[in-house]
Amino acid sequence: MEHPFLFFVKFFELIGLGHFAHAYPHVIYSWVTIAILIIVGAIGTKSISLIPNKFQNVLELAVSGLEEFMVDITGDEGRWFFPLIGTIFLYIFLCNIMGLIPGFFPATANLNTTLSCAIVVFLFTHIIGIRYHGIKYIKHFTGPIWWMIPIILPIEVIGHFARVLSLSFRLFGNLMGHELVLTILFFLAGAFFAPLPIMVLGILVALIQAFIFYMLSTMYFTEAMEHSH
Amino acid sequence: MEAQALQYFIAAVTAAGFGIAIAAFGCGIAQGLGLRSAVEGIARNPESSGKVTVTMLIGLAMIESLCIYALVISLILIYAAPMTGTVTKLLGH
Repeated sequence: MEHPFLFFVKFFELIGLGHFAHAYPHVIYSWVTIAILIIVGAIGTKSISLIPNKFQNVLELAVSGLEEFMVDITGDEGRWFFPLIGTIFLYIFLCNIMGLIPGFFPATANLNTTLSCAIVVFLFTHIIGIRYHGIKYIKHFTGPIWWMIPIILPIEVIGHFARVLSLSFRLFGNLMGHELVLTILFFLAGAFFAPLPIMVLGILVALIQAFIFYMLSTMYFTEAMEHSH
Repeated sequence: MEAQALQYFIAAVTAAGFGIAIAAFGCGIAQGLGLRSAVEGIARNPESSGKVTVTMLIGLAMIESLCIYALVISLILIYAAPMTGTVTKLLGH
C-alpha cells in the first residue's frame, strides 16, 4: 500500500533519487530520524555548563530518567551499556512518534527496521554473556543437570531465537496495524476527522512500544549478566 | 486456474477474519483479567497506583502483542498470499 504523500520522498525526487526513495521510504525516514537525533545531540552538548540552560535541562531529564530506570533493573554494574539501550529507545520512540505527523512515515512500520534493532539486541546479549562468564556462558543453555542437556539445550536455543522474532514482530505489527487503521479510516471518513481518536491513541502506542522494547532488552542483558542457576 | 485462485483467496480471507476474531477474543479476556486485578490493587492501596499502573500498562502491551501477531499473520494471508495478483486481476474486469 503506497502512502499518498510523503514529504521526504518528494524531497529525494527533487534531488533525483526518486526511484530509490519510492522503493524504500522506511530507509529515508530512518535517515531522517538519525539526522534529528544527531542534530539535537550536537546542539545539546555544544555548550554544556554546570548550570544548565532550558534545552540542556530537558535532555538531561530524559537521559537521566532512562538511565535510572535501567539501573533499577540491571544494578550498578550494568551502567556501561546504557549508551546502546538509550539509543535504541530514543531511535524507536522518535520513529514511532514521527508517524503521527502528516507526510511522515514511521520507519518502524517496516519489518526490516525492527528486525535490525532486534538482531543488535540479540547479538549484544551474547557478547555481554561471553564477556562476563567466558566459556562458562554455555551453562546458561545447558540447565542444572548434565543428562538434561538434550532436552534443555534445544528449548533454550529456540527461546533465544524466538526473542528476535517477538521483539521485531511486536513493534512492526503495532506500528503497521496503526498505520493501516489510519489509512482505512482516512479513506472511509477522512472529511469528518475519523482518524483523530486513533492518532491520540497512537501517542500512547508509540511511547509504550518503545518502552517495552527498551525494557525487554534490558531484561535480556541482565539475564545474560547474572550467574546461571 | 482462475476459479482455483478465487477459491484459495476466499479461504485465505476467511481464515484471516476468523484468526483475528479468535485472537481478539482471548486477548480481551486476558486484558480484562489483568485490568481487574490492577484496579482492585489500586482500590486497596491507593498509594501504590503509580507502580501498579506502569506494570499494568507493560503487561497489557505484552498481552496485546499476542493479538498483534495474529494481525500480522492475517495481513500476510490477505496481502502477501501468492494468489492475490491473479485475484485482483480477476476482480478488475
